[in-house]
Parts: sequence; C-alpha cells; structure tokens
Amino acid sequence: MTSVVHFTLLLALPPLLLGVINKTKAWFGGRRGPPLLQAYYDLARLFRKDMVLSRTTTWVFRAGPVVTFCAVLLAGSLLPFGSFDAPVGFTGDLVLFAYLLALGRFFTAAAALDTGSAFEGMGAAREVSFACLAEAALFMGLVVLVRFSGALSLTPMLHAPALAAPHGLPAAALFLVAVALFVVLLAENARVPVDDPNTHLELTMIHEVMVLDHSGPLFGLVLYGAAVKLFLLSALLLHLVLPFALGDPLLDGLLFVGGMGAVAVAIGVVESVMARLRLHYVPSLLIAAGVLCAFGFVLTLA
Amino acid sequence: MPSPLSLELAAALCIGLSGAPGGLWRRSGAAGQGIATALNVVGSVVGFAGLALHARAGEVESLRLGQLPIGEVAFGLDGLSALFLVPILLVSALGSLYGGSYWREQEHPASGRRLRLAWGIMTAAMMGVVLARDAILFLLAWELMALAAFFLICTEEERPEVRQAAWVYLVATHAGTLCLVGFFALLGQATGSPALWPSLSAGGRGALHTAVFALGIAGFGLKAGLMPLHVWLPGAHANAPSHVSALLSGVLLKTGVYGLVRVCALLPEPPVWWGGTLIGIGVFSGVLGIALSVAQQDLKRLLAYSSIENIGIIAIGVGLATMGRSLGRADFVVLGLGAALLHVLNHSLFKPLLFLSAGSVLHASGTRRIASLGGLARTMPRTFALFALGAVAICGLPPLNGFVSELLLYVGLLRAAGIDAARGTAWASAAAPALAMIGALAVAAFVKVLGIAFSGTPRSDAAAHAHDPGAGMLAPMALLALACVVLGLAPVVALPLLHAAVAAWEPVLGNAAPSLAELAPLRQISVAGLVLLVLVALVAASIRRHSAAPAHGVTWDCGYALPTSRMQYADSSFSEMLVGLFDWAVRSRRSTPDLIGPFPPPSRFGSEVPDAVLDHVVQPLLRVADRRLSPVRALQRGPVQMYLLYVFLIVVVLLMVAM
Repeated sequence: MTSVVHFTLLLALPPLLLGVINKTKAWFGGRRGPPLLQAYYDLARLFRKDMVLSRTTTWVFRAGPVVTFCAVLLAGSLLPFGSFDAPVGFTGDLVLFAYLLALGRFFTAAAALDTGSAFEGMGAAREVSFACLAEAALFMGLVVLVRFSGALSLTPMLHAPALAAPHGLPAAALFLVAVALFVVLLAENARVPVDDPNTHLELTMIHEVMVLDHSGPLFGLVLYGAAVKLFLLSALLLHLVLPFALGDPLLDGLLFVGGMGAVAVAIGVVESVMARLRLHYVPSLLIAAGVLCAFGFVLTLA
Repeated sequence: MPSPLSLELAAALCIGLSGAPGGLWRRSGAAGQGIATALNVVGSVVGFAGLALHARAGEVESLRLGQLPIGEVAFGLDGLSALFLVPILLVSALGSLYGGSYWREQEHPASGRRLRLAWGIMTAAMMGVVLARDAILFLLAWELMALAAFFLICTEEERPEVRQAAWVYLVATHAGTLCLVGFFALLGQATGSPALWPSLSAGGRGALHTAVFALGIAGFGLKAGLMPLHVWLPGAHANAPSHVSALLSGVLLKTGVYGLVRVCALLPEPPVWWGGTLIGIGVFSGVLGIALSVAQQDLKRLLAYSSIENIGIIAIGVGLATMGRSLGRADFVVLGLGAALLHVLNHSLFKPLLFLSAGSVLHASGTRRIASLGGLARTMPRTFALFALGAVAICGLPPLNGFVSELLLYVGLLRAAGIDAARGTAWASAAAPALAMIGALAVAAFVKVLGIAFSGTPRSDAAAHAHDPGAGMLAPMALLALACVVLGLAPVVALPLLHAAVAAWEPVLGNAAPSLAELAPLRQISVAGLVLLVLVALVAASIRRHSAAPAHGVTWDCGYALPTSRMQYADSSFSEMLVGLFDWAVRSRRSTPDLIGPFPPPSRFGSEVPDAVLDHVVQPLLRVADRRLSPVRALQRGPVQMYLLYVFLIVVVLLMVAM
C-alpha cells in the first residue's frame, strides 16, 4: 500500500513543483504567471506530438532521454518521502541512488554530443564539469549523515533519531550539510544561480541547451525526468530541514507535500532575487558547498 | 589427474613457447601466426582448466622443482595467485586472437615474429611472477616480463616516438627492479630465507619493516603506474600496437598490484599508517590520473591515464583492507580487498575492450587524434556499441561491472565512517567523496571520447571512410563486453574466486570471515540492474509505438541551416573547464594567436597536454644528474675487459668485507 502511494507521489507530484516555482517567480515579478498545472499540460501536449530527428543522430540520441528517465525513476524507489519508508532499501543504496543520477547524466550528455552541434557540446561540457564538484559535495554530505546515523541505507539513515532532534555540534554540522545540499540541488537541476531555465540565449545555458534537438515524446521524457530529479533532491533536502514525524499517516503526508512546496518556493525566491552567476564562478560556488560539508565532517570528528 | 599447479606450469610453457615455431616459417606466411595463436589459446584453456580444478579442490599447493645457484625453483598456487591468473590467461588469449587480424603477418612481416615471441614470453613470465615462491625466481620472472614488455612496446621501432616511449619504460622498469632487489634483500634479512611470501613476525624492528614497505610500494607502484611513478605508462600504452596496449594495461599493471597486495600481507598487524598511506596514494592517483585523462587529445593516451585512475581505485581498496588488518576489522578486510580484487578483474575486462576498440578505430582511420575523428557511430556502429558499453562500465555506472566493485569500496569506506569506528579510521571515509569525484571525472572523460570521436559528423576523410573490422577483431571485443555485462548483472559468479583470495591474504580470518554477499547488496544490485534494463526496454518500446515515423532534418544549430563538421565542439574545448580547474597538476601548454590590427593575418590556436611529472620533475632531475655525474662516465669506456675487472674487484672487496 505504502509503495503504491510512494510511486503515485513520485510520478504525479514532480511537475507540480515546477508550477510552484514558476508561480513564486511570477508573484515576485508582479505577473500572474502560467497556471499551476502548466507543466502537466506541456507534458500531455508533448507526448501527443510527432518528433523530428536530426540526420546526424544515432541510437544514442534516442536512448538519452529514455535511459535518463528510467534511471531517475529507479532512483526514486530508493528514497524515503517524509516519514514514510522507501519501497526498496538495502545496504549501500545511497551509492546506487547517486550513481543512477550519474548514469542519467552520462546519457544526457552523450545524446547532446550525438547531434554534432557546438551549442549542445558546450552544454554537455558544462554539465559534466560541474558535476565533478557537485558529486564530491553530495558524497561528503552523505558521509556526514552516515556518521550521525550509523546506517548505510537511505531510509534508516534519513529517519535516524539523531537527525530528528540535533543540538550542539551535530546541529551545526547538519545545518552546513543542508546548505550545501541546497546548492547541489540548484546545480544538479540547472537552476539559478548556476543555470537559468528561462534564458533564451543558447550560448549561456547548461541543461536546456543539451536537449535543444529533442522533440515530441522524447522531449516530454526529458522534461518529466528533470522534474522527477528536482523532486528527488528536494525530498532528500527536506529530511534535513523537516526531520519530524507527526505519527498520523495523513498528517505526515500533508507535512511532506507542504514541505516540498516550501522547498519549491525557496527555489523560486532564489531565482527571483538572484542573477545567474558567470560560468567561471560556478566552480567556486560548488567548491564552497563541498568545503561546507567537509567542515561538517570535521565537526563530527570532534 | 594432474595437479592444478602443474597444469598452470604446462600452460605457461605452452604460451611461453607459442611464438617460437613461427620462427621456422617464411616471414610472409600466415602459418606461424596461426600456430602462435592456437598455442596461446590452448595454453589458456589448459590454464583455466587448472584454475577450475584448483577452485574445486580449494587447497593451497606448492611445488619444488630444483635448485638455483641461490634460491630454488619453487612454485605455489593459492587463492590470490589464482585470481591474478584469470586476467593473464584471458587477455593474453583474446589479445592474440585479435592480433591475428590486427597485426597480420602479411602486413607486418618485419615485426610480427618478434611481437608474437615476446607476447608469449611476457605472458608466461607474468604467470611465473604470480606463481613464484622464491625471491630469486620471482626477480627472474619479473625481469623477463619487463624485457619482453620492452620488445612489445618498441614493435614499431622505426618511429622515433615509439623508441622514446620504450626507452622511458626501460629506465623506469629498471628503477623499479632496483627497488625490488632492495626489497627482497631486506625481506630475506628479516626472515632469513628467500622463500616467498613469508610472514614477518610482529615483534621485529619497526625501521626494517618501514623500509621493506617503502621499497615495496616504490618497486611495485612503478609497475602498477601509481602517481607520481606513472611516467612510463602513457607513452608506452599509446605507442604500442593496440592489442599490446590491452595486455599492458589489462594485465601487466596488475602484476604491480599483485606485489602491493602481497606486501601489505607481510605483517600480521601492520601499522595503521600503511593502510592510510595506500589510501592517500590511491586518492592522489585516482583524481589526478583521471583529471589528466580528461585533458588528453590522443585516444590511447586518454585510456592510458584512465588506467592510472583505476589503479588508484584499487590502491584505495587495498589500503582499506590493510587498515582492517591493523584494527582487526574483518569487514574492512573483506570489503576493501574484495573491492580491489574485483576491480582488478573488472579493469582487465573493460580496459582491454576499450583499447581493442581504439585499435579498431586506429586500424580503420589511421589516427589516434580525437579531434580528427567524429561520425564513427555511423561508419563503425559495432565498434561504437562495444566502446560505449566499455565506457559505461569503466565510469562505474550501473548496471555494468565497474559499478559493483566501486559499490563494494563505497560500502567499506562508509562503514569506516560509522559511529562505531575508531577515530583514526573515520578519516578514511573522506576517500568516499574523492571516489565520487573520480567517478564524475571519468564520466567527463568518456563522454568526451564518445561524443567527439564517435558522435557527430566526420572531421576528416579518414574518419568518413572508416568501417567496422572483421569478425576476427570484433569477436574478442564482444567476449570482453559480454563478460562486463555478466559480472555487472550477476556479480555473485565472482564470489568464490574473491573469497579464496581474501582467505589467502588474511588466513587468520579462516571460516569466520564474513561473506561479501552478507556485507554488500550483491543480489539487490542484480535485481536493480535487471529492473533498469526492463524499464528502459518498456519505455523505449512505448516511445517507438507512439511515434511511428519521425521526420528527419538538420541539427538545430540555432537556426543555422548549413552546419559543417568543423563547426562541431572540439575535444580541447570540451575539457577546457576541467583542465582549468586542475591546471596546477595538468600544466597544459597552449599557443594562442596574437590578433593585431583590424585585419589580422591567418593564425592558429593549439594546445597540448604533456605529462607534468615527466616534464617538470623527472627530466629536470635527470638533466641535473647527467651534469653532476659526468665524471663517473670515465669509468664507462666500453671494453668488456674493463667491466670484467670491475666485477672482479667488487668480488674481492666483498670477500674482504665478509671475512
């Protein structure tokens, strides 16, 4: 039963997150903005469309969105949502979680280069370069969480009592990790200040430019997969920000959905009040995130 | 029923002599080549039969065949030797099959016979290295292996860069042998016998043990290609024929790893810093090796640097296991050594696969420059598919075999972070983020190769007219690829081999050793991999059903309708940002054009990435040594009589000292 709910949330909610982000940005800009459910309409439209393929491309181009989407979905089965356990969990599943996201990145970037376009090449180069720093920061953060919880599996790790009521040094370490994970979330999902999903200049984009050539159902998969990835990293972050359980399944569910909405609003606020960083400063931001996690690690040694 | 060890020795003899009968045939005939390949394959089959018998009997064997002037001809077969025999036998046989088409006797009459002779000798010598149980015998096999590798590397001796690479290799390998002579001398002094591999008593002198460890790391690390001792590796791998590169990278480096693993087993309770040092060296090698790999513009050099990275990963695992030995933690031992040894197997599958694919590209297009290739995914679809599979595997991505060994290592490192671990080991878990960074950099390096060399449109005529090789070259590659898939989806098949090796390394554990299957989620990994494959197939089928006939057009180059192949992203641009991040280590050289005046003349941009350690450390040191030590050269006049006199004088001096 819980796994049915888990997969329903995993499949149904992610596009809503995009809607909340866009509404927040519109509110900041004094606009009415697109409807909250716009991402669902877009997906429904894209999945009904035909597609255009470049003559340069091969099977890799078509495999890119498919593999990425499946990998992200499989990763979603490992992560607990709120106070509910993940349907699947085993020792070391956090590594599988991170590596499934990496598999998605591998195929997205390979599909981008398959078109032979210089713009998509630039996007792919940026994606794989920034990921080197983001991955290191993510794992440093995970090491800190492992040290607190003593568990090597996502569900017991994120539901550990040590996370629920930290005080003193552990609280400081967890705070640092939460900040770093938020930066990683912004970078991995190509949000401001790392990438601007709304820009219209291909030269400056990262994720959007990699998928320029995808169209129709393939592009639908790309958008859907990206939304799910955003959802997953937000849910991971939420465990650090809202580590409570109310005890009642219904209330807990509402808390989770509300918390996810709050993370989306936070992303929207960051996008509204900040400009995109120059590309050369992005590594510094990610290194800073890694250093925060490293400080958190040092605090755990004390 | 012959004993497994005697089967292995027969296999070594058969493979070692495989190149010899060809010497009796005409140079241009194919018969000599056919015989060599056949003997090689037969030898491997015999060797694998021996391994199967050994696995069933499950006992440690030893055999003494006679006396050397000093030491004796003693061989032995235990779990550790058996594990390292697998890549030797497999890659040697598949490589020689591949060589039948890649290095045809008719096309290379001058070098073919020598190559096959050295190939067999090197394989047999490597088998000797892992089977030897006497220090002198070990050193003899080690030298034979090193020299045979030298002749393999300088197969194309007419090209100056080949001669230089072979020369650097020869110097490096002898520096390593020098360390090993010292290592075995000290080891013999500590134990009083030349028998290998002894256990030192815990109560011995610390300084002696430290010296033994340092010399072992230096000597074996040079062969394994650990940073910064890797200077010989990129040139040698890049300039040897591709199936030789596969043998060097897939197997020769592993003999260095074998030595490292044995060194760490010398003491029953080594100091904690032994393991810590190895983890540190492994992280250093891994991160910088793959950072240099991303920067490379030569397909085979890129693969060579990635070998340094993989050896780094293996060293982290060995370090963790050694730490477990110091602390009496069986889980660190099993996970660390299990990860390292499984990675040894894995790397000997996907790296030869990648080198053989690169060889097919070189064979078809005549160039190793990534920037001159492109579009091979269309012209060489089979090679491309195999290379892509190897790339996913070497990046450690699920559902292939690279992921399994990295997962074991992660689980081990994260256990070191657990709250019950002693404070000293918690630091070891900081290697986990480094491993994550290594993985992400590997993705960057191999996406670059796939995307620039194989995807897009051809950047040269040669690339445009490339074509897939014949079955003789594709079949060995396909077998390696199949092995990668099997080990990725069903890693449990490697468990008996790994458990036997761990038991040989840490006999104290005995039957109490926890199984890898208990410590790591091997079955869940298999299920996850299968689910992923099924999911991909389902989604792909539904996409295919919904879009029956896609329209075809040009690539959307922001509205530009006539893109040419020269407008594609280049390899050096792709890696520019990462090269910038790691420039303190990579030290790339670039020549940027001076654009002067409103109408600048035609100008060129160029960049190259030489080996920083070789160019900035080793060569300046050697130049200084060359200058300072020139007076010594007066002793080196050339006549043999002089050298005999030196030998005589030294013997006299030694005798006087001894009395």
